[in-house]
Amino acid sequence: MTAVALTNVSKVFNPGRPDEVVALSGIDLTIGHGQFVSLIGPSGCGKSTLLRLIADLIPATAGTVEVAGKPASRARLDQEYGIAFQQAGLFEWRTVQRNVELPLELRGASRAERRARAAEMLALVGLADFAGHYPAQLSGGMQQRVAIARALAVHPPLLLMDEPFGALDEMTRERLQAELLAICAKTGTSTVFVTHSISEAVFLSNRVVVMSPRPGRITATVDVDLPARDDAARQSPAYFDAITEVRRALRGDAAAAATS
Amino acid sequence: MRSLLRVAPPVLVGIAALIGWELLVSLGRIAPFILPAPSAIGHELVAQRGNVWDAALASGLNAFIGLAWGTAAGVLAAMAASRFRLLSEVSIPLAAVANALPIIALAPILNNMFESTSSVPRRLVAGIIVFFPVFVNTLRGLREVDPTHRELMTSYAAGGWTFTRLVRLPGALPFVFTGLRQASSLAVIAAVVAEYFGGLQTGLGSRITSAAAFTAYPRAWAFVVGACLLGLLFYLATLLLERIVMPWKTRLLS
Ligand SMILES: Nc1ncnc2c1ncn2[C@@H]1O[C@H](COP(=O)(O)OP(=O)(O)O)[C@@H](O)[C@H]1O
Ligand SMILES: [Mg+2]
Repeated sequence: MTAVALTNVSKVFNPGRPDEVVALSGIDLTIGHGQFVSLIGPSGCGKSTLLRLIADLIPATAGTVEVAGKPASRARLDQEYGIAFQQAGLFEWRTVQRNVELPLELRGASRAERRARAAEMLALVGLADFAGHYPAQLSGGMQQRVAIARALAVHPPLLLMDEPFGALDEMTRERLQAELLAICAKTGTSTVFVTHSISEAVFLSNRVVVMSPRPGRITATVDVDLPARDDAARQSPAYFDAITEVRRALRGDAAAAATS
Repeated sequence: MRSLLRVAPPVLVGIAALIGWELLVSLGRIAPFILPAPSAIGHELVAQRGNVWDAALASGLNAFIGLAWGTAAGVLAAMAASRFRLLSEVSIPLAAVANALPIIALAPILNNMFESTSSVPRRLVAGIIVFFPVFVNTLRGLREVDPTHRELMTSYAAGGWTFTRLVRLPGALPFVFTGLRQASSLAVIAAVVAEYFGGLQTGLGSRITSAAAFTAYPRAWAFVVGACLLGLLFYLATLLLERIVMPWKTRLLS
């Protein structure tokens, strides 16, 4: 069974109207369990749209989207995935703990269970001491960590992230990347990660999916095989090779990428 | 210390104004029926404190009931209007226009619709005046939902009432209180002024008109001071409620 399977998916916004946009066409993508896949491409190439299709936040115009072996709409109702966006999107009227508890609350989890799970998740992202704070009292990086804890709270088999570190400074970004990898390794979560940073995509992923616009489509996939994912890996030849390959693919030099 | 610094300037200005007023009246030989001195008003306020208190209770109760039902109606109407895009788009300018009309002018008409011993017309006027600022502000708040919040709640398969209860209502609270802050003093003004047009003679408004009719101007002014204090009390109570209901805002200040 695969974590995500898209077959011949296309998405047209405002069909039949003058402002019609073919956001995605002919998308085939399969993501195995425990895989970390990044979507990369210039802005407007349909990365967010693709992620929203997987999340069933918008319907596909054609093709099928399956998550955890079932239709995406069913998977959403079953909370088979957790999602995080570029904006942390915390509810400012809830404390950090109650933010993380929200998806559990909506699932009907008991109070004690919610407490325990929120504590576990906040410890995982290193914010155990901030459970009683309100979001506005936290820095941007801390807010994003709360958003990740919230996305992971129901222990979903799949984590969807749309440029979650896009608004953060480089230092915070690298620290959160390492934390995210550790969490995914520990929980065995499959991840779809949207970014427009080549180095971020390569460092995090087993596979980088390169997209191009008008119409949005997948032009190449680059498998990345780093020996380990730590600071040393950021200096390794395999890392630089993969970066070069992704960069070429982004430039449209598809032939070069296909040979890998 | 800091709050002292914040409070000090308006208090000093107020005291200076009172002294200026006193000097103006006594040195300028202004006739007491035109403008009584603050000392005379203060004297009368002390002498009449029992009456002022009773009258303030009567007017305050009317204002409070008007504030309560006007707020409830404003919030409920905003919730209903926000469910329909067209309705909410039409109703904001309509409510703004209605708010600009002198609703207090309805008081004599409402008075004639009820028995002369009824407090209902005052409570109605106060409520109607409260309704508009609460409605307009709440509707704005309900319509402004963070798109990320919307998508998150969709991802949790939470819609309808759950979405309203967990996201739209708490998100609209700061807007509700913007409306309430305006409405709280308006409710007192409405309750007091509505008494000018006859009916029960228990409140501050009727006391002011009857004192003025007997040319007891310092006494009339004593009741006016009572009305000011009542309005101030309502406003401060709203601020306090706001702090209690939205702890996530106040935590930031401390
Ligand atoms: N809700 C929408 N309505 C109309 N067009 C949209 C909508 N969402 C996205 N688009 C269009 O689809 C294309 C892809 O957008 P998006 O997926 O946000 O790109 P990316 O995330 O890669 O920057 C863009 O041309 C964008 O304008
Ligand atoms: Mg995007």
